[in-house]
Amino acid sequence: MGLALALEQQGVPTIPVSTHVFARLAKATALAAGMPTIRNVFVPQPVVGRSPGELRAYIDGTDPVHKRPFMQGVIEGLTRPLDDEDLKGATFERSTPRLLPPDTEDNLRQLFIENHWTDFLPILLPTEERVEAMLKATKQPRERIVGRMRPTAFREAWEFDVEKVAVNSVMAGARPEYLPVVLAMASTGISARSSSTTSWATISLVNGPIRNELGMNAGIGAMGPYNLANATIGRAFALTSQNVQGGSVPGETYMGTLGNWLNYTACFAEAEERSPWTPFHVDHGFKATDSTVSVFFGGWYTHSGFGPRETWQDRFRRMLVATDFYSPPIIVMDPLVARAFVDLGFTKRSLIEWCAANAKLPARDYWDDQWTTTLLKPLAVAGVEPYATRLKAAPDDPIEIFTPDDINIVVTGGETQGGFRMLSGRYFGRGPGTSILGNNAPTVNIDAWR
Amino acid sequence: MAEKITVHDPRGYPPKVVGKRLANRPMSLDGKIVYLVDCLFDNSDAFIEQLRLWFAEHLPAVITRVIKPRESWVDDPDMRAKIAADGNAAIIGVGL
Repeated sequence: MGLALALEQQGVPTIPVSTHVFARLAKATALAAGMPTIRNVFVPQPVVGRSPGELRAYIDGTDPVHKRPFMQGVIEGLTRPLDDEDLKGATFERSTPRLLPPDTEDNLRQLFIENHWTDFLPILLPTEERVEAMLKATKQPRERIVGRMRPTAFREAWEFDVEKVAVNSVMAGARPEYLPVVLAMASTGISARSSSTTSWATISLVNGPIRNELGMNAGIGAMGPYNLANATIGRAFALTSQNVQGGSVPGETYMGTLGNWLNYTACFAEAEERSPWTPFHVDHGFKATDSTVSVFFGGWYTHSGFGPRETWQDRFRRMLVATDFYSPPIIVMDPLVARAFVDLGFTKRSLIEWCAANAKLPARDYWDDQWTTTLLKPLAVAGVEPYATRLKAAPDDPIEIFTPDDINIVVTGGETQGGFRMLSGRYFGRGPGTSILGNNAPTVNIDAWR
Repeated sequence: MAEKITVHDPRGYPPKVVGKRLANRPMSLDGKIVYLVDCLFDNSDAFIEQLRLWFAEHLPAVITRVIKPRESWVDDPDMRAKIAADGNAAIIGVGL
């Protein structure tokens, strides 16, 4: 849609073809771009997996949205003279008030639900008193612009300030002292409510002294609902994302086909004191005394296991090649697992390198994937490495599907078991497509937001 | 009667929308160059090829050219410039 709008502005009559499930989204995007009469046409969903004959039937058939022959819409859209509405577009101001009109608590709760301003779990209403108390936890002025956020690359970005993050943090049930963490997360510009059809979530990792200052849990149940800070910081980031970016409404500003429970909250802390390795933020150039939050884009798949046992290498290989290649794993290990790998002679880096060197698939399997085809193959064709080399491989040739920089290891957990997980989670800013969705700084110093 | 309270609006600040007009349309596509833009989604190349064949069969006077951006989801100003320089119209398709 963004390309069609741009071409129209360059004087080229353009018809964007979408599948019918995107009809509401297409209409909303065109309106927000000031070109509400752009002449869309639609084919049935899906296009993926359909044979040439089936696609030809779409073209010969009926537009399922406009209920007219598909090609009639195409030809008329390119040749029908413009009317007054086409010529003027739509200019309008939109504003969001600082305060809502006074009402009863019950009515306001209903309003927040009807407007899709919640995650449908109970919220604390953001009264003036609660927001003022929240804002006392930062020296940043309430009107300071924190950033801009949007649900996906071609949507408009909305701006937001410190006060808006405080409002959503109140709604999430966060304590005021958690606010600097949420501000740091929001400043990445990465949305925890991506509208992608792949139902992404963000997973946030807190490092440094602030973990202990806030009483975050990096022990038993570190990734579960067992700590106020872990739970409400993640939820505050999620609510902030959906509200400051202009919504997360199915069919309009959210298109994830399955949805994702990690969209409710997904924030955890590293067990730095019990890890045998340097903390994640130190690996990425920060001092151990810095407090940071790192945002990963993923949450699509989860594998899990125990060990390392005698056959751990086979198990790791199976798990690594069972990932979705566009979204490399964060390997989250209980300290028992990390120490056992140390006993086997691994550093964190050498284990990552082992994973990258051993995650191999036949090239045919690698490229037979919706997102490697869509996102990585064009880069391969353009000669961008390592994708170009992967594309040159013969179909049966084994290829390495990740580079060491794709894979991350984090240590957390309560040492009740030697468990580990591989979670979908690209470290933001690395990899095709990610830089267009955020500000390319996925680890942020929280101290700058105190 | 229940007490009324005042609460904050949680939404961010949307940008101003500035109206943009559509491009002028030709009376007919005969003899015109229509770019068929493969948006690089999985199987979009197959759809675009069927669209090209449709024009060849039903409107042979229309000149079609298939073109692709360098990456999915990333603006390609060079491609847009080429379409604007050579083309009379464009059709973009289609993902998912």
